[in-house]
Amino acid sequence: MAKIVVDVMLKPEILDPQGVAVSAALPRLGFTFAKSVRQGKRFEIEVDGEPTPAQLAEVAKAAETLLANPVIETFTVRVEK
Amino acid sequence: MALDTVAIAQRNPDAVQPFAELGLKPDEYARIKEILGRRPTSSELAMYSVMWSEHCSYKSSKVHLKQFGDKAVKTDALLVGIGENAGVVDVGQGYAVTFKIESHNHPSFIEPYQGAATGVGGIVRDILTMGARPIAVMDPLRFGPADAADTRRVLPGIIAGVGGYGNCLGLPNIGGEVVFDETYIGNPLVNALCVGVMKHSDIKLAKAAGAGNLVVLYGAKTGGDGIGGVSVLASETFDSTGPAKRPAVQVGDPFVEKVLIECSLEIFAEDLVVGIQDLGGAGLSCATSELASGGSGGMKVELDRVPLRDATLSPEEILMSESQERMCAIVEPKHIDRFLEICKKWDVTVTVIGEVTDGERLEITWHGDLIVDVPPRTVAHDGPVYNRPLAKPEYVDRVNAEKVIVPRPSTAGEIKSTVLKLAATPNLADKSWVTSQYDRYVQGNTIQSQPDDSGMVRIDEKTHLGVAIATDANANWSYLNPYEGAKLALAEAARNIATAGAIPLAVTNCLNFGSPEDPGVMWQFAESVRGLADGCLEMGLPVTGGNVSFYNQTGAIAILPTPVIGVLGVIDDVRTRTPMSFDRAGLELYLLGETADDIAGSEWAYMHGQRGGCAPVADLQREMRLIELLVAGRTSQIFTAAHDLSQGGLSASLTEMVLRHNVGADITIANIEVALISESPGRVIVAIDPAKLEQLLALAKKQDIDIVKIGTTGGDNLVINGAVIPLNELRTAHTETFPKLFG
Repeated sequence: MAKIVVDVMLKPEILDPQGVAVSAALPRLGFTFAKSVRQGKRFEIEVDGEPTPAQLAEVAKAAETLLANPVIETFTVRVEK
Repeated sequence: MALDTVAIAQRNPDAVQPFAELGLKPDEYARIKEILGRRPTSSELAMYSVMWSEHCSYKSSKVHLKQFGDKAVKTDALLVGIGENAGVVDVGQGYAVTFKIESHNHPSFIEPYQGAATGVGGIVRDILTMGARPIAVMDPLRFGPADAADTRRVLPGIIAGVGGYGNCLGLPNIGGEVVFDETYIGNPLVNALCVGVMKHSDIKLAKAAGAGNLVVLYGAKTGGDGIGGVSVLASETFDSTGPAKRPAVQVGDPFVEKVLIECSLEIFAEDLVVGIQDLGGAGLSCATSELASGGSGGMKVELDRVPLRDATLSPEEILMSESQERMCAIVEPKHIDRFLEICKKWDVTVTVIGEVTDGERLEITWHGDLIVDVPPRTVAHDGPVYNRPLAKPEYVDRVNAEKVIVPRPSTAGEIKSTVLKLAATPNLADKSWVTSQYDRYVQGNTIQSQPDDSGMVRIDEKTHLGVAIATDANANWSYLNPYEGAKLALAEAARNIATAGAIPLAVTNCLNFGSPEDPGVMWQFAESVRGLADGCLEMGLPVTGGNVSFYNQTGAIAILPTPVIGVLGVIDDVRTRTPMSFDRAGLELYLLGETADDIAGSEWAYMHGQRGGCAPVADLQREMRLIELLVAGRTSQIFTAAHDLSQGGLSASLTEMVLRHNVGADITIANIEVALISESPGRVIVAIDPAKLEQLLALAKKQDIDIVKIGTTGGDNLVINGAVIPLNELRTAHTETFPKLFG
């Protein structure tokens, strides 16, 4: 059994209100390391056996259709051992 | 990348510039060169291109829109007219109200949620800019066929976007429309209306007077949002390692806007600004050039001071960025400390980016280099004006000559099935699926909202003074006859205000059309504007402002001409309004107005694929008498209920009335084949206590309005000429359409 991970992030030029809120909250709590924060989302998809290239292509298609909004977001598909 | 400065433009006058890619025509580019006496810098080119675009310059519509001024009625009620961010109307008791509709059609097709959300955000800032507190929003929407795949993609996103942004701002959504038609597939219409209230003394204008005054940018930081077209410049000036093509999609943050509203209102209350402008389409280009030309003309801006979300932005992009939730104010130096203090209190980013000068040029620098040096009026107001060719399209005479052939209900079975079909068709079905996603009652001042004829909000909790607003457009009629269609939409919106007993005061509009380069579309537009201007003049209502949206078409197919007309009215005491339906048995129902065989352009005709025939001719004198009757009836409390007849005719109006409080009615009406489905304008159903009959007849006689008794209220059925329709069955038909379509 393997895990396919899809990471979805807003495109860098798109406003990320959640990230802005987090980066404003960090210094208030004493964490001063962050210059900026951007927040995304992560999908973990379990499949039987080793993912085939065809399967990964299908996941990418699903990501483009459902998991991400390609107008404002980018995504990456990878296999996690 | 190389910075293009005024000095370089002078030294290197023959550099090739991508003006065509920015949407400028060769003669427009030549005109810019003539104005400046040299080639524009890339920043100037970006400013001119976006400010001279159809969206900002109204270059195709200006010659027609002039009529709203030329044919304007003289009225003391209009405190601020066309030309400012929004018109302002006196509603009495020291209050003024400002309202406006704008379109956000194209962005909402590309990214439905954010497109619709930022549409709401933009119109709310327009209202705020006048010095008013926004108090309610409304959204007239148009979509492709309800069962089309793309409608399923676009509609839920748009509804969620409208609701999401408005709900977060704490603004009630008090009405609007949802209409389906094939021509809107690939081109949905998202029109957003906002209404705000203020005291007379609080009106703010977009002007930058007084040398030495400071130009202050406050609100969200500037990012690469909505600079689609200008990416051509970016790709010209950035090397291959630069950022990718910028998106044309803007993402809004309603919580930032909420803070911006409160911060701005506190600043206004202390009278700290000379002039103010929101940043919407064309961003800083628009705000700086409009503020400067609203004053004496001189302004200096240090563009590198603008706080950025994305440090890689070029000056051209900063000038064009349509990042949301930003405002630009002109502040006297003595007030700047207090201004900054208030922004700090609200945690709003604020930067002084320049100052007003006593010159006549708008000068913008980038790290000390002069990159823009223009007369601001030439950017903001002296854009090209086109007298585009117009020609009556060949379809008009052809469809006007068509005979409308539809089934005519006469037997009890036919009457019942007609009523049920009309109740269930997407254009007339219950819209709770949509409106329940909107907060309709936040702030506690909502008196009426969907499904009432108009939205109504209380603006003074002691005197119960209120305003009512309705928006209407009948594109089917406008398609058959754009001149009459615009007049009829105006009459319908005014009537929808008056059924509740409010007095119509002022008009706004959002004119949605296809490509102005098509002479047929241009004719539809010209006829619609002429109709609206004539109608407003005849009804004595001023046009306070509006918006034109062209290029609404997919390939060669233009949308139906869709002039959305908004009418605002005032009611001195909202507690005395006439409700849209009856809640008890034993009342008598009367139909006011004349019913003719007006099937052309009707919903029943549309359902049977019939798009031809002749639209009704508006009788605005009669509409005005009907309005007087309705207002007088409300003042003397004659009516228990009053409801307008429009799309779906008598059948649809009776359906809405009996289902509202689950009280049936027994109706008998002559000439049912016409009466049930006709959409003759200028008609209203009223419910009265039988004891008020003499008063009602006297009013109808005084105003010379036809009146006929059509039935009585009571029971669990809607009975029409003996056809029994149980309310449960009718309710199921009416309410299950949207959940079935959209889940």
